[in-house]
Amino acid sequence: MNDDLSRLIAQIDAARMGRRAFLNRTAAFGLSAALGTSLMAQDARAQEPRKGGVLRMGIGGGETTDTLDPALADSPVPFNVVRQWGDTLVNVTPDGQIEPRLAESVEGNADGTVWTFGIRQGVKFHDGSDMTVDDVVATMKRHSDENAKSGALGIMQGISDIRADGTNVVFTLATGNADLPFLLSDYHLVIQPKGGVDAPAAAIGTGTYRLTSAEAGVRYAFEKNPNDWDATRGHYDGVEILVINDNTARTSALQSGQVQIVNRVDPKVATLLGRTPGVVVHNVSGRGHYVFIMHTDTAPFDNKDLRLALKYAINRQEMVDKILDGFGGLGNDTPINAAYPLFTPIEQREYDAARAAEHYKASGHDGSPIVLLVADTAFPGAVDAAALFQQSAQAAGIPLEIQRVPDDGYWSDVWNVKPFCASYWGGRPVQDQMYSTAYLSTADWNDTKFRRPDVDALILEARAETDAAKRTDLYDRIGRIVHEDGGTICPMFNDFIDAASDTIAGWVQDPNYEMMGGWASAKTWMA
Amino acid sequence: MHPVVTLVARRVALGLILLWAASVLIFVGTTILPGDVAQAILGQSATPVSLANLREELGLNEPALTRYLDWMGGVLRGDLGTALTNGEDIATAMGRRLGNTLLLAGVAAAIAVPLALLLGIVAVRFRNRWPDRAISTVTLAAISVPEFLLGYLVIYVLAVQWRVFPSLAAVYDGMGWAETLNAIALPVIVLVLAVLGHMMRMTRAAILNVMQAPYIETAELKGLRPIAVIARHAFPNAVAPVVNVVTINLAFLVVGVVVVEVVFVYPGMGQYLVDHVSKRDVPVVQASGLVFAAVYIGLNLVADVVSILANPRLRHPR
Repeated sequence: MNDDLSRLIAQIDAARMGRRAFLNRTAAFGLSAALGTSLMAQDARAQEPRKGGVLRMGIGGGETTDTLDPALADSPVPFNVVRQWGDTLVNVTPDGQIEPRLAESVEGNADGTVWTFGIRQGVKFHDGSDMTVDDVVATMKRHSDENAKSGALGIMQGISDIRADGTNVVFTLATGNADLPFLLSDYHLVIQPKGGVDAPAAAIGTGTYRLTSAEAGVRYAFEKNPNDWDATRGHYDGVEILVINDNTARTSALQSGQVQIVNRVDPKVATLLGRTPGVVVHNVSGRGHYVFIMHTDTAPFDNKDLRLALKYAINRQEMVDKILDGFGGLGNDTPINAAYPLFTPIEQREYDAARAAEHYKASGHDGSPIVLLVADTAFPGAVDAAALFQQSAQAAGIPLEIQRVPDDGYWSDVWNVKPFCASYWGGRPVQDQMYSTAYLSTADWNDTKFRRPDVDALILEARAETDAAKRTDLYDRIGRIVHEDGGTICPMFNDFIDAASDTIAGWVQDPNYEMMGGWASAKTWMA
Repeated sequence: MHPVVTLVARRVALGLILLWAASVLIFVGTTILPGDVAQAILGQSATPVSLANLREELGLNEPALTRYLDWMGGVLRGDLGTALTNGEDIATAMGRRLGNTLLLAGVAAAIAVPLALLLGIVAVRFRNRWPDRAISTVTLAAISVPEFLLGYLVIYVLAVQWRVFPSLAAVYDGMGWAETLNAIALPVIVLVLAVLGHMMRMTRAAILNVMQAPYIETAELKGLRPIAVIARHAFPNAVAPVVNVVTINLAFLVVGVVVVEVVFVYPGMGQYLVDHVSKRDVPVVQASGLVFAAVYIGLNLVADVVSILANPRLRHPR
């Protein structure tokens, strides 16, 4: 924690973080408010939320092709829209705990195969009807149906049976999964009347705000839900989401006071924006990471020494400084960082040209150029990052050749197809989901073609393990194997960078996702 | 029959044939695009069965000619189909977008066209003196700066620093007229600056061209004031080339303002088309293509007709 604190103080020095953001962050990782205030001298007592006003948010990442069906939400604007009107059974708190929402209680059996969710009673949908156990079951079944094309289908596939039992909903799993509550916190799984089978895009839910008008790719307007079951949230009379995809337009809308909160601040301008009077930049280190991925079943990347050579030949600190402008954390060639609940540190791999050269020599590679495919869409700054990688590899005598390819078709023709390319992972709420999605032999998105039966066994064992200490140990072992042997070169974890007007109070750092995990409108208020 | 009527009728017929040809080109173009529409829609989650189902659903197994005739039949009845991506009725969604685009273009044109003509006339009146030089320099500078930069400049000055106009031009249902005009002020300023130079230069050149004619000398010798000579005698004879340039710029205002739409977050046709192109939403792309073609052809038709009517020899045949 001392490291964290010194990092925060360094950020203040670098004017990256406003006073309020600093206090919020110190609070977020449990630092006492007393210490925070003594450092900052200024008053930061918790204020009483003030009611009223209309919050306008400028969100980048929406298109005219978006729909209101939560199953199909897959980019920032649909995500934020769903968060306004919908609730999930449970939510993951900023410190990684399960918080009951529409479920009041969550209980699993000893081997994690049967999970019972006690459903909150007396909750009303926006159309006035009562939310029932049947609605919950129907919602979950809709997302399990392949025809619904739900983004949560992968999560639901592990569930073999969903049934109502009094005021409970019981999930039966084919194999045990200690993380089921985390999986069901997925933002697609908002409870809709009759599961939304008849009208998936009606946007009727139990959420903080009720949709009043929607124009895809342009604007969404909401008013306060008068029957909200959670009295502690929803301080605004209404919320407007304006779709602003252009970075400059988004930041200038905030500066000119047209919106009070924006998402996805470009790291290159975040420092400058933070110095603007009346604007606070909120950055939080999340689970998203930028990667260069090698197919471990394709020559020359099937050679462990060559993979290690490339891992030692990348300068992670330089990438964080130059690509993320400091708004991010160092990667360590695993998909897991401290934002995960059961994280255990592994010794940080540093840039070491001598060791890289040593491994390169040991690999017996013929010295022909190693081709790295990259496009801007892989992640912001991917092309520049590849150039930095090429430079640092060259210093170790490794010939890296960058091949720039078009954005169009990158995710269908290059990623998961070509043996060495740049990519991005948004991260998952828990280790199991991250490893199951991308490191299990059988996973579709195993984009490093990493196939080790012992790792598969460890992942499955950890999934069903309900003892936290044993699970932590299992994930530590998986992490070390991936770090050493995997095809993932992970130079950095990117921060979520939002910015808000200083009239907005109550901001909490939430590593789950941008915009306080999507709850910015529900939990902040106008000071 | 009056020869003007015949001429105009011929132009209209030509325009319709051109529009039909454009529809064929659009259809063929979107059909021979590399990649399969069904594959593009399903992307990563495609399985052979779902691909076959979707192809069946979209009618992709029909021969191209049948699909073209179906599409044209629908268009003629005013049915543009539904978007593949979100199932919206294209005519409704596009109608709103087209309305927005026409509003922006209309307001910009209502300011830019009279202003350009006026400035052109003033420039001729004071040609090679300081007003002419100032007008030319400013308009040429404005036309030379890329629109997005012009956009950011006006946002920085007028929205962030002075806070006169909003930086976002988001318009939506339920906004009053004053509110709407206030919202679109900045994009209108940028568009006016973007098209002003071209039209003003053309007006100036066209008028200068006829200023050498004998009847201008006659008018001057009659003792008319120079501005009256220009406005009454020179300008009407310079209308044809000016109208052509004006219509090209009007067409640009309708179909070429994607960048301005993005900078000011304006919900117009450009952004609508771009979003759907990137998702391979072919029906929307086809419909947008057809609308853009119709706008171009229609405006050119108007320009032709106006040129014909502006020509006294055609209006009053011997």
